[in-house]
Amino acid sequence: MTKEEIIQPENLVYAKPTLMNEVGMHYCPGCSHGVVHKLIAEIIEEMGMEEKTIAICPVGCAVFAYRYIDVDWLEAAHGRAPALATACKRMWQDRLVFTYQGDGDLACIGACETIHALNRGEKITIIFINNAIYGMTGGQMAPTTLLGMKTSTCPYGRTPELHGYPLNMTDMAATLEGTAFVSRQSVHTVAAIRKAKKAIRHAFENSMNGKGSNLVEIVSSCNSGWKASPVKANEWMEENMFKYYHLGDLKDI
Amino acid sequence: MIEENVELMKGNEAIAHAAIRCGCDGYFGYPITPQSEVLETLSELKPWETSGMVVLQAESEVAAINMLYGGGGSGKRVMTSSSSPGVALMQEGISYMAAAEIPALIVNVQRGGPGLGTIQPSQSDYRQATVGGGNGDYNVIVLAPNSVQEMADFVDLAFELAFKYRNPTMILSDGVIGQMMEKVVLPPIKPRRTEEEIAAECPWAVNGHGLKHRKPNILTSLEMDPHVMEQRNLDMQKKYATIRETEVRYEEYLCDDADYLLVAFGCVARMGKEAVDTLRREGIKAGLFRPITLWPFPEEQLHHLAGRLKGILVPEMNAGQMIYDVRLAVEGQTPIKHFGRIGGVVPTPDEIILSLKQQFIP
Ligand SMILES: Cc1ncc(C[n+]2csc(CCOP(=O)(O)OP(=O)(O)O)c2C)c(N)n1
Ligand code: SF4
Ligand SMILES: [Mg+2]
Repeated sequence: MTKEEIIQPENLVYAKPTLMNEVGMHYCPGCSHGVVHKLIAEIIEEMGMEEKTIAICPVGCAVFAYRYIDVDWLEAAHGRAPALATACKRMWQDRLVFTYQGDGDLACIGACETIHALNRGEKITIIFINNAIYGMTGGQMAPTTLLGMKTSTCPYGRTPELHGYPLNMTDMAATLEGTAFVSRQSVHTVAAIRKAKKAIRHAFENSMNGKGSNLVEIVSSCNSGWKASPVKANEWMEENMFKYYHLGDLKDI
Repeated sequence: MIEENVELMKGNEAIAHAAIRCGCDGYFGYPITPQSEVLETLSELKPWETSGMVVLQAESEVAAINMLYGGGGSGKRVMTSSSSPGVALMQEGISYMAAAEIPALIVNVQRGGPGLGTIQPSQSDYRQATVGGGNGDYNVIVLAPNSVQEMADFVDLAFELAFKYRNPTMILSDGVIGQMMEKVVLPPIKPRRTEEEIAAECPWAVNGHGLKHRKPNILTSLEMDPHVMEQRNLDMQKKYATIRETEVRYEEYLCDDADYLLVAFGCVARMGKEAVDTLRREGIKAGLFRPITLWPFPEEQLHHLAGRLKGILVPEMNAGQMIYDVRLAVEGQTPIKHFGRIGGVVPTPDEIILSLKQQFIP
């Protein structure tokens, strides 16, 4: 069989989503951000929401998300994305409104906006990339940094006495009456990617059906921040992150 | 004679009524004295059942201003109101909105500071409003009403300017104008814009409309290439120059033959007018110059008046803020003195008269 014979529409098993731009990504090789971007692009396309999407990106490594997914984007100030999303959704009720935020953005500087948007039951989806570190600024401690984990601002490891405890925003979100769907996923294996896609799609559909607010956490690796190879970073994530941040659906009403 | 459609209400209430009438799409705010009546009045009027306007009590002023970032960025007419400590919290958002060129209306019913200060009236946020309170080189269009009528009229004007220039616009009021009751004729009712109308007026807006036939709209304040960023800044400065040329507003009262000029804005301009009348009765030729746009400041207009004056008094409810703009405009042509009451104290016309006499007429 020749190459030409194989490249036929009926043999197609995978294609790049048309909403993904033809530009090189600025993410480090092995970073989870790119995989989640792809899932979002696929889902928007599958739902036919290209002309009805308002996407909001954070301050953090995903600050340039607007370069990669070809929909309309607002770039929020650090932590404020849920406030932007609140107004957009309330005034454009037929739109798919989602935010995409890192753990520093969502769980620290924007904790107030995040909790209140979720608790008000805003009909939005929050995609939460939890890599337990400040990736963009070069690997400082995040509210989600695990105990014992070393970062540039806790170089001897995080301790409760000096730094307090890791903040589990997703568990907290599941206790809020305003949330409809709260899930924690990862994208480190093909099976995990499939599950994550299902969760994001469910969240997006929920937000269009007016059920309440939706939060999908993606436990992610940051090989640059963690100073590990992509493979080692994934292993470390499975061994350490999943023990503290349990995967699965926490709430689905 | 019975005047038609005349109502009696507070300045803050007038803001709320005017917002609904001029087709505002959303109000987002957090309670603070002396302006909570704006949110309270809107909540009572329930515009979501009539015009469809959204009214939301935000979790903080930080959230409220960022709701404006989202709402304005999606092409909607959105507004917030607050008082000084709350507006201080909004500065980050205002800077981002100026940078991303997002239109919206911010109302500041000023109270005395610094810090928690007092709930009494003040004008001590003048420089924060006109010079920029957030980071970076930017300007906000600032309108200063001196009556309940102007509170009502400036809402629509502020939205028109905000969308014309894609720039945040502020109504800089104070606790006197916000709280006092006065006769007002409310503006005519304008329907909220349809999606098609928004698409036509705001082709830049982030709402997905017609995406398949255009490039995606991206509103961001970020640019990593310093040369591109410099160009963006230069473009903004060009816009500000156009606003300076086109949008200056002011009021003159007996300025033509005046020897002494009072330059005052907001509620102090009302005391100033009374002071001018009294001084004129005493044979002293006084006049009043009232900037209505604080940014852009009526620089040229004041410059032309200044040459033949014996002196200018700038009465303000602050420790001397607008006086810097007056000095820049006048460029040394005539002496300029300040009279300030601070910390929430409102000056009387008599005090203004006394200050003018003491400082200029020995
Ligand atoms: C008000 C403000 N404070 C601080 C910063 C600097 N800053 C940029 S990104 C970032 C942390 C981002 O971390 P996270 O949200 O976890 O995203 P990641 O890069 O890990 O994906 C910080 C502190 C900023 N841009 N704005
Ligand atoms: S620093 Fe971390 S989060 Fe940022 S792109 Fe690199 S791997 Fe991803
Ligand atoms: Mg992070």
